[in-house]
Amino acid sequence: MSATEATPRAGNGHVGRSLRRKEDPRLITGRSRYVDDIALPGTLYVAFVRSPEAHARITSIDASAARSYPGVSAVFTGEDMDAGGPMPCAWVPPGVDVNNPEHWPLAKTQVKHVGDPVAAVLGDDRYAVVDAAEQVLVDYEPLPVVLDPEEALKDQTVLHEGLGTNKCHEWSLGGGDVEAGLRDADVVIERRIVNHRIAGAAIEPRAVLAEDRAGNLTLWSSTQIPHILRIFLSALLGISQERIRVIAPEVGGGFGSKLQVYGEEIFCAWAARKLNRPIKWIATRSDDMAVCHHGRDQIATVRVGAKRDGTVTAFHARILADLGAYNLLFTPMIPALGAFVMSGVYNFPAVQTDVVGVFTNKFPTDAIRGAGRPEATHMIEVSMDQLAAELGMDPLELRRKNFIPPHNEPHETAIGVVYDSGNHEGALAKLLEMVDVGALRSEQEQLRSQGVYRGLGFCTYTEVCGMAPSRVSGPSGFGIQAGGWESGMVRVQITGAVTVYTGTSPHGQGHETGFAQIVADRLGVDPQQVEVIHGDTATGPEGLDTYGSRSLAVGGEAVARAAERVADKAKAIVAHKLEAAPEDIEVRDGAFQVKGSPDKSMTMAEIAGEAYVPLDLPDGMEPGLEETAFYDPENFVFPFGAHACVVEVDPDTGKVKILRYAAVDDCGPAINPLLIDGQVHGGIAHSIGQALYEQVVYDEDGQLVTGTFVDYALPTANEVPTFELDRTETPSPTNTLGVKGVGEAGTIAGTATVTNAVIDALRPLGVDYIDMPLTPMRIWQAVEAARGGGGGPRASEHGRALDEHGGGAAGSGPTSPTEGGAR
Amino acid sequence: MSTVPVAVTVNGERRELDVEPRLLLVHLLRDHLGLTGTHVGCDTSNCGACTVHLDGEAVKSCTVLAVQADGAEIKTIEGMASADGTLHPLQEAFWNDHALQCGYCTPGMIMSAADLLQRNPDPSEEEIRHGLEGNLCRCTGYHNIVRAVQDAAKGQVSGEQARPPATGEQGRENVEAVGRAEAGGL
Repeated sequence: MSATEATPRAGNGHVGRSLRRKEDPRLITGRSRYVDDIALPGTLYVAFVRSPEAHARITSIDASAARSYPGVSAVFTGEDMDAGGPMPCAWVPPGVDVNNPEHWPLAKTQVKHVGDPVAAVLGDDRYAVVDAAEQVLVDYEPLPVVLDPEEALKDQTVLHEGLGTNKCHEWSLGGGDVEAGLRDADVVIERRIVNHRIAGAAIEPRAVLAEDRAGNLTLWSSTQIPHILRIFLSALLGISQERIRVIAPEVGGGFGSKLQVYGEEIFCAWAARKLNRPIKWIATRSDDMAVCHHGRDQIATVRVGAKRDGTVTAFHARILADLGAYNLLFTPMIPALGAFVMSGVYNFPAVQTDVVGVFTNKFPTDAIRGAGRPEATHMIEVSMDQLAAELGMDPLELRRKNFIPPHNEPHETAIGVVYDSGNHEGALAKLLEMVDVGALRSEQEQLRSQGVYRGLGFCTYTEVCGMAPSRVSGPSGFGIQAGGWESGMVRVQITGAVTVYTGTSPHGQGHETGFAQIVADRLGVDPQQVEVIHGDTATGPEGLDTYGSRSLAVGGEAVARAAERVADKAKAIVAHKLEAAPEDIEVRDGAFQVKGSPDKSMTMAEIAGEAYVPLDLPDGMEPGLEETAFYDPENFVFPFGAHACVVEVDPDTGKVKILRYAAVDDCGPAINPLLIDGQVHGGIAHSIGQALYEQVVYDEDGQLVTGTFVDYALPTANEVPTFELDRTETPSPTNTLGVKGVGEAGTIAGTATVTNAVIDALRPLGVDYIDMPLTPMRIWQAVEAARGGGGGPRASEHGRALDEHGGGAAGSGPTSPTEGGAR
Repeated sequence: MSTVPVAVTVNGERRELDVEPRLLLVHLLRDHLGLTGTHVGCDTSNCGACTVHLDGEAVKSCTVLAVQADGAEIKTIEGMASADGTLHPLQEAFWNDHALQCGYCTPGMIMSAADLLQRNPDPSEEEIRHGLEGNLCRCTGYHNIVRAVQDAAKGQVSGEQARPPATGEQGRENVEAVGRAEAGGL
């Protein structure tokens, strides 16, 4: 049974329309409410005193001057905090030992990274607490610092004495005989692929406001996970769950960086109870760069074996993941997420991923948009281009040779992961309607003779998302310490207007619009009269929030199911009133009609009138009109697509300009194409940022070099092109909507696309591989080295040789990627 | 700490306050005047989320002292729509073109775009991209922002208001019926 058959597109046809967003009126007029927009009487502001040392023992803290500073109410250190830790890691895979070093909202005896909080100063003026924090005198005894993950593995300097090693864990996933596949290959390539550390860099920095009233705690946080945060607040502070309300009000972007239980959230809740005052902490950008979790930071050794004709015989990725100083909520799990799609979109007979996680004196990594899957896709897709060059094959021909054939039914890969549906040839074919390879190649050839170097790069990808299926991802499966599911509740009000409650927690995606369209069709109402409530644990059923492109495929399906149940009850009421059979009632033209008799119909407002003034309901029917559904899918969903990029590289300056970026993405049938395009635009821009500009850099002492947007180079409107987008629609058989996810797709596909294009441009100059970020200095250096036969002059940045791990100021661009910097 | 008097006209309304000399304009607007539509994103003038108009020109209010604005006319995002609720063409174009997602950069982006269109009423795509490079957006990849500025410049907006839907006739009847039923129960 295909998903489209299971999903009648009944009702008013709101699904599939590019409806502009219901969210926007408040956002474009300055009438939205983010955490810092909430003002409670008597609020104390917090400034944290953070470690300037990457690794040190705290020998003393003298807070007396700060305590007597005008306007300061309290100063707390780690010793003062009698609850609230240690901080959690929620990944406990069965049969795998994961070292989990203890850490607290305020450091107790040692600091392990620059920015580790050692004290908190609270007062009633947001400026004064910052002044007072500078009066806190902390004596540190510096300890040896280890920053390079490969060095860390040698255990010459150990971060966590109790562990005796810097290794966190080892984890593997494979299928088929990789070594045999490599032996049978005619060609084996091996590449060391470094995926550098990046930041989520949501434009709203993190923000927390906590208030306790007679034992009832309310916490507002700029978070993606109010429900999960509530669970941990309950566990860490020993407060019964029903006494805690967590609200994610308007949230100014997340990108994974707000999928976290942060020490500042726990601290503010604890302090609010301790002092009986509202407590507010608003991160500065420098706070956010230092202590909002980073992403990526993996060194992979990839081996690919293939026959002469291009048939891949084995794919092996060994990943060393730099986890930073501790495990946060999902830190060690992230590289494993990539392993699930290490087959890419290909029929590889043998695939193996081996992960080693290691601690270093940096802030922890965790999920950043794509989380493990961008890294895996980069490994696969850059390697496919490398293999094509080795074989002398066209990169697209090599891909086609290995594609999983189009399938509407589930397809099991060598590692046992079951892809729901896919048509990779179809997506690529549609992309090639937009991108004329022949014309681009001849233009490229012609321009080269004029000293202009253009490159064309491709990526065909799939991803695993719709994070939920509990049997796969839960405690007995992949090891996440909670079941995966989502809830939806649909309430028809007395007037016939509709309120929808979702357990997902959007932060820009547009759920209020997309979910309204889904419900509107099922209930025969206008989406404008469907209000979607989210991000508040005191409303609606339990939920599991927003990450891993799960909101629509899991949360949207739950909402759809709840709406179907409401529709079923409505049909029973209509059938009773109009003396027809319930199965003969259909939603059409904004009403519930008797099939074939448009004159016999009732609107939702009329039905609501019957439900709430229950004078003539069918026998035994309860009054009211609301239903809840919990949905736990059978499987993940697997969006896929094909991306292409055209770049021009100036070999004399190393500067890359993106001339075109085209993408075909397939996330199943569209609920709202406008929202899909928006997600893809942003995802691609994020990946262009990583490929060309962005890098979190620590110097050799563990100091964060990229502590502000002056040093961390987000792309501006000047660095990204106008995107050319199209879609194919292959329904997922996993859910009745047929939908997959799309929030991460652009980020997953983008870095390989851009990197392949840059390498394609540089090949005539003798450069056949280069790691991101593809900064002018790196490219210039690679070109110079190739020109000099490898012995050319070594370039440096900031007076240091390039290094991929922050041992030098690698890749950190100037103020802004735009020449001249920000205005 | 000593304070100094500051008088500003914000969105047409004159306000007089005593503030710390070091108070930033953005905090004057947000914390003292309750105009929270202007946001803080970076503290270093890079992101532009705090952009407002000071005497008709876009400035980053996180790097302007409140005292520097003494005597000035200030316009914030809250002052962009007409008093009757009619949206500014840029507001409407941002809405129509899905030029915002999380919305955090949006007020600053609209204020910068308005400044750009004031200086250059018919900008090319390149001029728009260059003109907005002082404003960072992490959500949209700028694609739809550029489109919205183009549409606003071309006047391809209708001058509408953002109004929530009203309760229909049947809905009002239901409410009355419930009221009657409740009253009957008493």
